[in-house]
Amino acid sequence: MTTTLPVWLKVDEGRVVEALQEAGQKLVQGAGEVVLDFSAVHRIAPSALLAMEELADRAAKNATKVVLRGVNVDIYKVLKLARLTAPFLFVD
Amino acid sequence: MPKSAPSLDEERIAALEKLVSQARTAAAVFTQYSQEDVDRIVKPMVLAGLKQAQYLARLAIEETKIGVLEDKAIKNMVATEFVYNYVKDKRTVGAIREFPERGLVEVAEPIGVILSLTPITNPTSTVLFKCIMAIKTRNAVIFSPHPGAWRCCAEAVRIMYETAVEHGAPEGVFTCLESHTLEDNTFLMQHKDIGLIDATGGPGVVKAAYSSGKPALGVGPGNTPVYVEKSADLDMAVVDIITSKTFDNGTICASEQTVVIDDEIYDRVLQKFAGLGAHICNESEAELLGRTVIDPATGFMQPTAVGQKASRIARFVGISVKPKTKLLIAPIQGVGREHPLSVEKLFPVLAVYRAKSVDEALKVCVDVNHSGGLGHTAVVFSNNDDVIQKFSEVINAGRIIVNSPGSIGALGGVYNDMVPTFSFGCGTGGGNSTTDNVNVYHYLNIKRVARRTQSHMWFRVPNQIYFNMNAVENLRNFPSRSTLIITNPALEQIGHVDIVRRYLPPQTPVRISVVPDTEPDIKIIIQGVEALNFYKADQIIALGGGSVIDAAKIMKLKYESPEADLEELATPFLDIRKRVVQYPTEKINQARLIAISTTSGTGSEVTPFAVMTDKQRGLKVTLADYSLTPDVAIVDPQFVMSMPKGLTADTGIDCLTHALEAGVSIFASPYTDSNAMQAIRLVFRYLPTAYEHPQNEEARNMMHNAACIAAIAFSNASVGVNHALAHAFGARFGVAHGRANALMLPHVIAYNASVPTKFMPSPNQRAYVAHKKYAMIADLLGLGGGTIEEKVQRLVAVTEQLLDQLNVPRSIAELGISKEEFEQAIPDLAKTAFDDPSWRSNPRMPLVSELVELLWSAYRGRGDGKAASAAREKKADETVCV
Repeated sequence: MTTTLPVWLKVDEGRVVEALQEAGQKLVQGAGEVVLDFSAVHRIAPSALLAMEELADRAAKNATKVVLRGVNVDIYKVLKLARLTAPFLFVD
Repeated sequence: MPKSAPSLDEERIAALEKLVSQARTAAAVFTQYSQEDVDRIVKPMVLAGLKQAQYLARLAIEETKIGVLEDKAIKNMVATEFVYNYVKDKRTVGAIREFPERGLVEVAEPIGVILSLTPITNPTSTVLFKCIMAIKTRNAVIFSPHPGAWRCCAEAVRIMYETAVEHGAPEGVFTCLESHTLEDNTFLMQHKDIGLIDATGGPGVVKAAYSSGKPALGVGPGNTPVYVEKSADLDMAVVDIITSKTFDNGTICASEQTVVIDDEIYDRVLQKFAGLGAHICNESEAELLGRTVIDPATGFMQPTAVGQKASRIARFVGISVKPKTKLLIAPIQGVGREHPLSVEKLFPVLAVYRAKSVDEALKVCVDVNHSGGLGHTAVVFSNNDDVIQKFSEVINAGRIIVNSPGSIGALGGVYNDMVPTFSFGCGTGGGNSTTDNVNVYHYLNIKRVARRTQSHMWFRVPNQIYFNMNAVENLRNFPSRSTLIITNPALEQIGHVDIVRRYLPPQTPVRISVVPDTEPDIKIIIQGVEALNFYKADQIIALGGGSVIDAAKIMKLKYESPEADLEELATPFLDIRKRVVQYPTEKINQARLIAISTTSGTGSEVTPFAVMTDKQRGLKVTLADYSLTPDVAIVDPQFVMSMPKGLTADTGIDCLTHALEAGVSIFASPYTDSNAMQAIRLVFRYLPTAYEHPQNEEARNMMHNAACIAAIAFSNASVGVNHALAHAFGARFGVAHGRANALMLPHVIAYNASVPTKFMPSPNQRAYVAHKKYAMIADLLGLGGGTIEEKVQRLVAVTEQLLDQLNVPRSIAELGISKEEFEQAIPDLAKTAFDDPSWRSNPRMPLVSELVELLWSAYRGRGDGKAASAAREKKADETVCV
C-alpha cells in the first residue's frame, strides 16, 4: 500500500494567482491533494477569485481535494460572498 | 438564474450572468477595503467628474436633445463637488457611528451588487452621483441607463470606473449595460445576486423596481405645488421660481409645476414674471398649450416637450412669444384631468392659480400634491411662520422648500442644509420606502452592535428615620400649624395616641381621625381628605399598622393633588422608570407625613406602596410610587410591646419574606443586599424571643428595626413569587398575609434555588445567582454546609424550624381546607398569582404549572426540620454576628 503525500504550496501576497495556477498544474499532474498555505495573504483581488474558480473546477474534475490553510476571516468572507467556500477544505 | 426568466435567448442570459458574476466578485473583494482605501479612491473620482463636467454635459445634450448645456454642466458639478463635500468626512466602513453612553455602535455592511437605473433627464449627473456613493460604500453597480441616454451614461461610467480602478478599486466594480431591453432589466431585477435596485426615472421604471420583489429605492415623478403667499418677498419669489423652472429647461422632477398666488398679489406677481422674460398666456393660449403639451389620452406630459426651451414649445404650439422668452405661464381654474396643465411638466411651462384666501390656496396646493406629487417636493414663499407651518402640515412631500427654488433647493446643499442628492425619496405617497434625499446611508446595511448595558438603579428611603425605644420623642422637632393623627380605635384605646400627643410641640393643634384596622376603603380615604381640608392640616401622623399607614399615604396624595385618579395611578407597570402613568407633581396643599408603625412586619412606614379597596365597585387598588413614601418614619418599639403572639409571628415572617425575596430579587443591589441580609440575621436571632417573651425589649426593638430594614430592602429591590402566591392564596381563603407568606416560604426558597425552567431577563445580573445568594445567607446565619446545595438545604431547614417555633401551621391542609376545595381553587389561584406583579422581580420566571406545583407543595406542607436543627446545633458556636 502506498501513501501519496499532499503537495504543499506557500502562497505569497503578491503572487496569489500564480500560486493558484501552480496548484492547478499539480492537480493536472496527478497530485492527490494540494494544500495552499494562505497565512501570508491579507487581501485578494478579483483575478485571484477567478483563478480560484478555475482551481475548484480542476479539482472537481480530478475528484481531488484542495485544502486552504490559514485563510484569514476577511478573505473567508470574500470567498463566501463569491460562493467559493464549498469547493475547498479550510484548516487553520 | 431568476425564477421567472423573461424571453431572453441563452446567449443574452449568459452575457447578463457574466455581468452579474463580475460585479459580485468585485463586491466580494471590496469588502476587504478600509475607510482609508475607499476615501483614497473617491477623491480622484470626484476630481475626474469635475474635470469632465462640461464634456459629459455636451454628450448628454447631443444624445438626448434635452435640457441646457450650462445647467447640465452645473448638475455634473453638484453631483461631484457638493456630494463629495457631504460624504468626504462620513464614515462608511466599519464602525460608522458610536453612542458610547448607550452602548451602541453602528457598523456598515455593504449591500453587494446594486442595479442602478438612470433617467434621460439627468443622465450623467445621476451616474456620477451614484458612482461616488457606491465606491464610498464599497458596492458594485450595474448601470442600466435610459436607452435615450445610453452613450453619455456609458461614458460617465467609463470615466468613473477607470479612475476608480486606477486608484485601487476592484476590477468590475462598475459595468454599464450596452443597448438593452425591458427584458434585460426584468432579468437583472429578479437576479438573486442583485442586492438593491436603485431606480431613478419615470413611473414605469419605479413600479418595475418595486414589483421585482427586491429591496428597491424607486424615485419617480412629482408634481410640485408652489404657494406664493401675500407676505412673501415677491421679487425673490419670482426670480427663484424662474431660476428653478428654467434650470435645465425644467427637467428636475422637483421643479415647480403649479404656482398658487394670493388674490391680493396675483396681478403684481404676474407682472413681475412678465418683466423678467415670462410669457403670460391668455385664456385661448392656455387652452391650446394644455391640449398640445399634455397628452389628452393619458393626461401626462408629452415626452417630446421634456427639457425643451419655452420659445421652442411656444413655436410648436403656435403661440407667438418674444424670442428670449424663458417661461410660459398659463392660468388655470382648477386641478385635475379637466385642467391638463395642473400635472407634472418637465419643461418651462408653469400653471398659475389665483386663490381668494389662504384656505383656498392651501386646498389647491393639496389638490396638486395629490395629482401625482405625493411625497415628492413642495415650495412655499411666505414670511408668515403660521402659513409655512400649516403648509408643511397639509402637504405630503419629502422636501418642503421655503423661500427658495424648488429644483435646486431639493437637490440639497445649495439653498439649504439638506443632504445633496440626485434621487428624491417620495415616501409611501410616492410608492417609495423613504422620504429622504437618497444618500450613502441608503447604500449600506447598517448593523447595530448593542452591548449589554446596566440600567441605572436607585436606593430611596424616607428623609428621616428615628428608631429605638422612645424615638417618638423626636416629634418635638416637627412644628405644625395643624396636625391630623390617623389611627385605629384599638390604639386610641390603649393610650398610644396620648403618647404621640405628649411629644408634639406645645400648642400644636391636633385632631384625630380614627379609621378601621382593615385595608382602607375609598370611603375612608374621602373622609380623611375632607378632614385634612377642613383642618387645613400641614402634618399627618399615621399611627398604626400597614392599613393605617397606607390610608394616610393615599389621603395625603388626594389632599395634595385632588385631581389624582387613583385607578389610573394603579395602572400596572414593568419598570418604574418607564411607567406610562405619572404621579402628580403639582400640589395645591402640602402636608408632612410622619409614619409611626405599631407592628413589626409590613414596614409601610418606609415603603412607597399603599393598598386600598373600593368595596362598592369591587376594586383593589395598589399604588406604588416613591412620592408615597412617608417623609419621616418613627420605629419605636414601645408601640409593639403589646402585640399578641400570633401577630408577632405573622408579621415577623412577613418581614423575613420581604428580606429573603429582596435578597434574591433581580433588582437586588449591594445597597439592598446589606439591608436584606441584616434583616434576615435579626429575624432569625430575635423573632423566637419576641414571640416567646413579648416583653423582651431588646427582641422587640430588634424585630421592629428588622421590619423597617427589610422594608427598605424590598422598597428598592421588590419582592417575588412568594408574595404573588401569598396574595392569591390569602385573598381566596381569608388567611393573614404574613401567615400566607409563611406557608409558601420554604417551598419558594427551594424552588428559586434550583435551575430555572425559564430565566428571568435581568440585565443587571451576570448569571443566575439566587442559589448562591441563599448559600450566602446560610453562611451569614452560620448554618455550615460544604456545597451550595447543602447550604440551601440548611437554610430551608432552619426556616422550617423557625416556623415550627412560631407555631405556624405546617401546611395549608392544617388550616382545615379540604383537598377538594383546594383543588377546585387551584386554577384561579395560579392565574391570580401569575397576574400579580410581585413575581416580576423574582429570580426565576414562574410557569403557571410551576405555580400550581408550589401551591400543592404548600398544601402538602413542609418537612420536619430535623436536618436544620442538626445543622444549627452543630454550628451554634460558630454563629457570626454581622
